[in-house]
Amino acid sequence: MSPYYYLVLSAALFTIGAVGVLVRRNAIVVFMCVELMLNAVNLTLVTFSRINGSLDGQIMAFFVMTVAAAEVVVGLAIITSIFRTRRSASVDDANLLKY
Amino acid sequence: MTHSYALLALVLIPLVGSLIVFALPRGQAAAAKQVSLVFSLAALVYAIVLAARFKTGGPRFQYGTSWTWIRDFGVHIALGVDGIALVLLLMSAVLVPAVMLASWNALDSRAGAEEAVEAPRRRSAKTFFALLLLLEFFMLGVFTATDVFLFYVFFEAMLVPMYFIIGSFGGPRRQYAAMKFFLYSLVGGLLMLASVIGLYVTTGSRTFAITQLIGHVPGGATQKWLFLGFFIAFAIKAPLVPFHTWLPDAGAEAPAGGAALLVGVLDKVGTFGFIRYCLPLFPQASRYFAPLVLILSVIGILYAAFLAIGQRDMKRLVAYTSVAHFGFIGLGIFAFTTQGGTGAVLYMVNHGLSTGALFLLLGLLIARGKSRNVNDYGGTAKVTPVLAGLFLMAGLSSLALPGMSTFVSEFLVLVGAFTRHKALAIIATTGIILAAIYVLYLYQRAFQGTVRERVTKFRDLNPREVLAVAPLIALILFFGIYPKPLLNIINPAVKATLSDVHQQDPIPPLNATVAGGSK
Amino acid sequence: MITAHGIQSYAWLLVAIPAASALILLTLGRAADKWGHLLGALVPVGLFVYAVFLFFSVKGQSNRKVDLHMFSWIPVARFRVDAGLLLDPLALVFVLLITGVGSLIHIYAVGYMAHDPGRRRFFGYFNLFVAAMLLLVLADNYLAVYVGWEGVGLASYLLIGYYYTRPSAATAGNKAFFANRVGDVGLSIAIMLMFAYFGTTSFAGVFGHFGHGGNATTGVATAIALMLLLGACGKSGQFPLQTWLPDAMEGPTPVSALIHAATMVTAGVYLIARSAPVFDATSAARTVVTIVGAITLLYGCINGAGQDDLKRVLANSTVSQIGYMFLAVGLGPGVYAIGIVHLLGHGFFKAALFLSAGSVMHAMNDRIDMRRFGGLWRVMPITFFVFVCGYLAIIGFPFATGFWTKDKIIEAAFDKGGTSGYLLGIIALVGAGLTAFYMTRALVMTFLGKRRWEPDVHPHECGPVMWLPMAVLAVLSLVGGWLLIFGGGVQEWLTPSVGPSVEAGVHTVSKPVLTAITLVVVALGIAGAWVAFGTRTIPEEQPQNVTVVTRASRRNLYADAFNEAVLMRPGQWFSRALVFFDNRGVDGVVNGLSASFGGGSSRFRRLQSGFVRSYALSMLGGTVAVIAVLLAVRFQ
Repeated sequence: MSPYYYLVLSAALFTIGAVGVLVRRNAIVVFMCVELMLNAVNLTLVTFSRINGSLDGQIMAFFVMTVAAAEVVVGLAIITSIFRTRRSASVDDANLLKY
Repeated sequence: MTHSYALLALVLIPLVGSLIVFALPRGQAAAAKQVSLVFSLAALVYAIVLAARFKTGGPRFQYGTSWTWIRDFGVHIALGVDGIALVLLLMSAVLVPAVMLASWNALDSRAGAEEAVEAPRRRSAKTFFALLLLLEFFMLGVFTATDVFLFYVFFEAMLVPMYFIIGSFGGPRRQYAAMKFFLYSLVGGLLMLASVIGLYVTTGSRTFAITQLIGHVPGGATQKWLFLGFFIAFAIKAPLVPFHTWLPDAGAEAPAGGAALLVGVLDKVGTFGFIRYCLPLFPQASRYFAPLVLILSVIGILYAAFLAIGQRDMKRLVAYTSVAHFGFIGLGIFAFTTQGGTGAVLYMVNHGLSTGALFLLLGLLIARGKSRNVNDYGGTAKVTPVLAGLFLMAGLSSLALPGMSTFVSEFLVLVGAFTRHKALAIIATTGIILAAIYVLYLYQRAFQGTVRERVTKFRDLNPREVLAVAPLIALILFFGIYPKPLLNIINPAVKATLSDVHQQDPIPPLNATVAGGSK
Repeated sequence: MITAHGIQSYAWLLVAIPAASALILLTLGRAADKWGHLLGALVPVGLFVYAVFLFFSVKGQSNRKVDLHMFSWIPVARFRVDAGLLLDPLALVFVLLITGVGSLIHIYAVGYMAHDPGRRRFFGYFNLFVAAMLLLVLADNYLAVYVGWEGVGLASYLLIGYYYTRPSAATAGNKAFFANRVGDVGLSIAIMLMFAYFGTTSFAGVFGHFGHGGNATTGVATAIALMLLLGACGKSGQFPLQTWLPDAMEGPTPVSALIHAATMVTAGVYLIARSAPVFDATSAARTVVTIVGAITLLYGCINGAGQDDLKRVLANSTVSQIGYMFLAVGLGPGVYAIGIVHLLGHGFFKAALFLSAGSVMHAMNDRIDMRRFGGLWRVMPITFFVFVCGYLAIIGFPFATGFWTKDKIIEAAFDKGGTSGYLLGIIALVGAGLTAFYMTRALVMTFLGKRRWEPDVHPHECGPVMWLPMAVLAVLSLVGGWLLIFGGGVQEWLTPSVGPSVEAGVHTVSKPVLTAITLVVVALGIAGAWVAFGTRTIPEEQPQNVTVVTRASRRNLYADAFNEAVLMRPGQWFSRALVFFDNRGVDGVVNGLSASFGGGSSRFRRLQSGFVRSYALSMLGGTVAVIAVLLAVRFQ
C-alpha cells in the first residue's frame, strides 16, 4: 500500500479537526478537535519517517504525544474551572480577555 | 589631546547641585531654593571666568577635553567651546539664576501661584528648583559637547526635565502642552539619531568627534539626506515655520520661569545646531537647501508677527514673537555672510536675555492678575510703575530698538542677508514694523489706558523681583552700546564656520575703486 | 577733516550727560521727585553753555569739520561701524538749536508741569530726548544716526503717551511709533544699500563715492536717496506718513513745542541736508522730495484751517512748515542752507506759538477748544504778545522771521525754472496765503472777539518761570530771521556741510515783485480770515452746515480714515485670519495626525474580540497564507 494514502488520511483528519475547532462552541469538543489535529500531525510525521527511512519523524511524534498529554492536563483543568465558575463550557462565553 | 577639566567642572556644578537638592528632605523648600541659587550663581561665576580667559585669537575649540565613553563605536565624552558656544553658555548661565529669583515664591502659596483656575495641588518647590538645575546641566552639556553622539544624548535628555517642568508646574492645559512638546521634539530627535548613525557609517572614520568629521561627509544625495535629518530636528527645536505650533502651547502653559528657559535657551539649541552642525558638516547640502531655509525664515518673520498681533493670551503672544525672531536667526545663518552669522549668534544671546526677561515679567504680572488674557488688564503702569518700566524696556529690546543689543544683532542679520539676497532682506526688514505693533500694542493693552478695578490692588515688584530682571535689561543696554567684547568672541568662530561652508562675504561692488571709502 | 582737540574732545558729554541724567531720573524713582525737575532743566542749560564754547572753538578754525572718534562700535569683518561724532557746521547749528530752544522749553516746563505728580518722569523722558537728538545730529555715520533717530522716536512715544491712562494718548503714542517704524524701514534699507555697495556707513566714506571722483551710479544714488526720504517722511510727519503728528498733541504742551515742532520733526530735513552729496547726485529723488514737500505743505495748511483745537492747528502748521523745508532741501544744491535757515527760524517761532498755546491751556483748565476761548488778550497780555510775535513770524510779516526765511523758499521754488518751478512756486505762494488765513483764524478765535469761556474757568497770566522763556522766544521770532540771514551768515557757515548757497543768477520773478506778490497773498489770507471769523460771532458748537472743504479739513482730508480702511482694518482682519489658519490649519495638521493615529489604533484594537474561535480562524488564515506564499515562491 502506498504511504501516500496515510498522508491523505492525516490531511483529512487535520481538516476535520480544524473545522471542528472553528465551528464548535463546546470547549470539550474544541479540545478533542485540537487533539485530533495533533494526532493527524503525528500520523504525518510517522508516515514521512517511514518514507524517508529515518527515525526523526517518530521521535518528533513522541515529543508531540508528550506535549499533548501535558496540554490535556492543563487544558482540562482550565476547562473544568471555567465550567465551575460559569456553568457553561462554551468557548464564546469566555471572552473577557479582549480590547 | 590636552585635557582641561574646566568645562567638565562647569557642567558638573549644576548636576551636583541638582542631586543635592533632590536629596534634601521633604519640606526643606527654603534650603532647596538657596542651595539651587548658590549652585547656579557658582556656575555663572565660573562661566564668566572661563569667558574672560578665552583667547579670542586662539584655536577654534578651547578648553578641549576628551575621554573614551563607548570604545567600540568611537564615542567620546568630548567637551570644548568655540566662540559661538561660549556666548550661549554665558547666556544660559545668566538666565538660570534670574529664573530662580523670579520664581522664588511662585510655588509657595495659592496666592503666589500663577494660575488661579487650577485645583490646589501639592507642587514642590524643591523638585522645581532641582529640575531647573538638572536642565542647566543638560543645557551646558549640549553647548559644550564636541562629540556628535554626546550632543545627541544631551539634546534628547534636555527634554526630560523640561517635560516635567511643563507637565507638573504649568497652566491648565499643561498635560497637552507637555505631551505636544515632547512628541515634537522626539520626532525631530529620532530623525537626528538616524542621521547621526548615518554620519558614522558613511564617513567611515569610526568617530563622532565633530572636528574629525568636518569635511569628511560624502557629498551628493547622502549628504542631503543626512542634512535633512539634522535640519528637521533643529528646525523643530528652533522652531522654524511650519514646525512651530508646539511653541505657543508649551510657552503659554509652562510656568514663566520654565517658559523663559524654554524659549531663551532650549530653542537656541536648534539655531545653535544649524550653525554648529548643519553648516560645517554638510556644506554642500547647506548651500543646496539655503534658499528654502531663507524663504521659510522670511515667511516665519512675517507670519509669526501677524499671529502675535492677533493673540490675546500674553504668553502665547510672546511665544509667537520668538518664532518671528527665530526667522531672523535662520536668515542670518543661511545668508552665509560674516555679518549674518555673527548677527545670528548675537541674536541668540540677545533673544535669550530679552525674551527671558519678557517671560519672567509676564509671569510676575500674571501672578498678580491671575489671567493670561491681556484684556483683563489695563492701566497697570499706574499701579506698578517699576514692573511697567521694566516690561517696556524688555519689550523695546524685543522690537530691536536701536541702542539695545538686539538692534545690533538684528541689523547685522539684515545687512548680512542684504549683501546676498536683497529682496528677502527687504521683505524681512518690514518685519520691524510688525514687531513694533505687537510689542507696543501688548504694552498698551496691558499697561496703559484706563486703570481697571482688579488692577488697583497689584503690588509693585519687590527688590528680589527687580534683581531677577534688571540685570538682564542692563546687559541688553550695555551690549547695545558696546557689543565689541561679544563680537570679538563670536567673529572668529563664525568665520571658521563660513570657511567650512566655502563661502566668502560678497565684496561691495563700488568699494574697491575709491580710496576714501574704506573707512 | 581734523581730529578733535581741546574742549572739542569732550563733545561726547553732549550725549552722555543728558543720557545719564535721564537714567538717574528714571531709575531713582520717587526718591528724586523733589529735585528731579531742577536736574532735568539744568542739564540742557549747561549743555547750551558748552555748545556755545564748542561753536566758537570750531568757528575759529579754518577747517570746520572736526571728527571725534570714541570707540569701535560694531566691527564685523568688512562691516565696521565706529562710535564717532562729527562736529561740523550743520551739526553745530542743530546742537545750538536743540540745547538753546531746549533749555528755554525745559525751564518753561518746570512751571508748566509744576502740579503734575509725574514731573520727574517727564523730565527723565525730556532729557532722554535731548540725548538722543544730540546723538542724531552729532553722529558721524548713518548707523549711529539711526540710534539717535530711534531714540528720539522712543522719547516722542513716551511723551505723547505721557498721560497714558488716557486711551487716546496711548493710541497716539503708538501711532507715532508705528509711522516712524515705517520710515525706519526706509532708513534701514538705505544703510544696507550703503554697506552693500560702498562697504561703509560713515558720512565720509559714503560721500566719498559721490561728487568728484565718485563712482556711485545714479541708480544707487536714487535708491539710497528715496529710502532716506522714506525715513525722513516718517520722522518729519510728511506725506504719506503725516497723520501721526496732529495726534501727537496728546502729549504735554512743552513736548509739542520741543519735540513736535522745534527739533525732532525737523530731523527729516536734517537727514536730507546731511545727505546732500547723495541727493545732489540724483535729480529724480530731489524731484520726489519737492513733490512730497509741496503736497504736505498744502495738506497741512488746509487741515490747519478746519481745526478747532488750537494745538492741532499748530501741529498742522508744523506739518506744513516742514513741507516748506522739504521743498527747499529738495530744490537741491544751493538751497539746502535756506531750508536749514527756515528750520531754525521755525524752531523759534513755532516754539513761541506752542508755549503760548500751552499758557492758554494752563489758564483754561487744560481745555484747548478755540470755540470756548475768545477775548483772552485782556487777561493774558504777555501770552498774547508772544503769540502775536510768533504769528507775525509765521505768516511772514515784513521783517519778522518768516519774511526772511519762508519767502526765500518761495523765491527759490520759482527760481528752479520751467513749468515745475512755476508750479512749486505757486504752491508755496498759495501755502503762504493759507498760512496767513488759518493763523489769523487761530489768533482771532483765541485772543480776540467775545469771551466764550466755559463758566468754571478763570484765566490768568502764567508765572515768570513760564513767560520768561516765552518772551525770549518771542523776541527771537521777531528778529531771529534777520539775524540768521544777515549777510548770508548761516548760509555761509553751513557751506562746508551742505555746499555753497547759490543765489540763482537770473530770477524767474524779480525779487521785489515776488516780495510784493507774497505780501499781497498773505494780506488776502488775513483779510479772508478776518471777514470769516473776526467780524462775526463764533458759534460755541461746531457748525455742521459747512462746505465740503471744511468738512474734509476737520477730518484731516480723510487721511486717518484712509489709513484705517486700507491698512488697519485689513491688517486686523489678516491677523485674525492667520490666527485661525495657524490654529486650525498648521496646528490642525499636527493634531489631525495625532488624532488619526489615536483613531486608527482604537479601530485596530477591535480585532482583539476575545473569541477564541476567531483567533483560531486568523491563525489558520495566517498559516494558509504563509504556506501559499512559500509554495508560490517555490513553484513560480
